[in-house]
Amino acid sequence: MQDSPISRGFRGRRPPARNDRVPPGQHLTEDFPVLSAGPTPAAKLGSWSFALQDGGSLLAKWSWQEFEALPQTEVTVDIHCVTTWSKLDTHWRGVTIDTLFEAAGLDEPPEAFAMIHCDGGYTTNVPVEDLIDGKAMIATHYEGKPLAPEHGGPARLLVPHLYFWKSAKWARRLRFLEADEPGFWESLGYHIYGDPWREQRYAGD
Amino acid sequence: MDHDDSGAFQGPLDGNSAAGLLQEVFVFEATSAILTCAGCGAAGPIGATRLYGGAMGAVLRCAHCDTALLRVTRTEIGIWLDMQGARSLLMRDAPAA
Ligand SMILES: [Zn+2]
Repeated sequence: MQDSPISRGFRGRRPPARNDRVPPGQHLTEDFPVLSAGPTPAAKLGSWSFALQDGGSLLAKWSWQEFEALPQTEVTVDIHCVTTWSKLDTHWRGVTIDTLFEAAGLDEPPEAFAMIHCDGGYTTNVPVEDLIDGKAMIATHYEGKPLAPEHGGPARLLVPHLYFWKSAKWARRLRFLEADEPGFWESLGYHIYGDPWREQRYAGD
Repeated sequence: MDHDDSGAFQGPLDGNSAAGLLQEVFVFEATSAILTCAGCGAAGPIGATRLYGGAMGAVLRCAHCDTALLRVTRTEIGIWLDMQGARSLLMRDAPAA
């Protein structure tokens, strides 16, 4: 089912040459390695939902059907895993965080930070400014197909300018935070922000 | 807990004072130590948990309820350990010969 308009691109420039596209300490892979902090949840679209939350209060919630009916965006981006692989030109489709905020009637984000909560209890923290202005989406399709469960399907965060552990698999909820808080890996020695171009792998980098 | 038997307040000691005990706690054959899950109460050897996390670190989950019992990463500055999902860790004495 695809009757909503599809727009293209995360905004921003694409570095021109291949060398300029591989951050320090990374190597290219053609595969798509799977790294999971827990078991792959069974995808149940009937009971799936995605919610926006501010502290304890619910701002908006979409069922799978409602989510798929939101305006869709396609992007081609490079991804960088902290375990040192990078993959160029990956194609994704989903709903940008801008679109979600707009659909929720938010003129502007209520707080500066966010925690993404996932099936299985995984969490990751991202500043809101790294999620908006076309920088991130909740992705539901990869290379033209529904996102496979082992890669985070039915839906994962895609925030490709940060290390890929931030692109949380099985995303279900975005919770606004007044102050930044560490998520699953960030609380165990990984960098609170995770910029691959500044090689922010570990706390203190 | 900050009172001794006489009821008088005893300030906390420097954490270094526990060095002897801690060294005993963390030098053991880990895989045979018994973890009790804070989620479901199941107890079993670390070797019987399920390991996730790949190259980022070890996430040992309860085989019964998937609670993350123990998480360990190695970073540039040292080893990080989180045991929030474990109620206890038992390091059994070797059986008497
Ligand atoms: Zn358990």
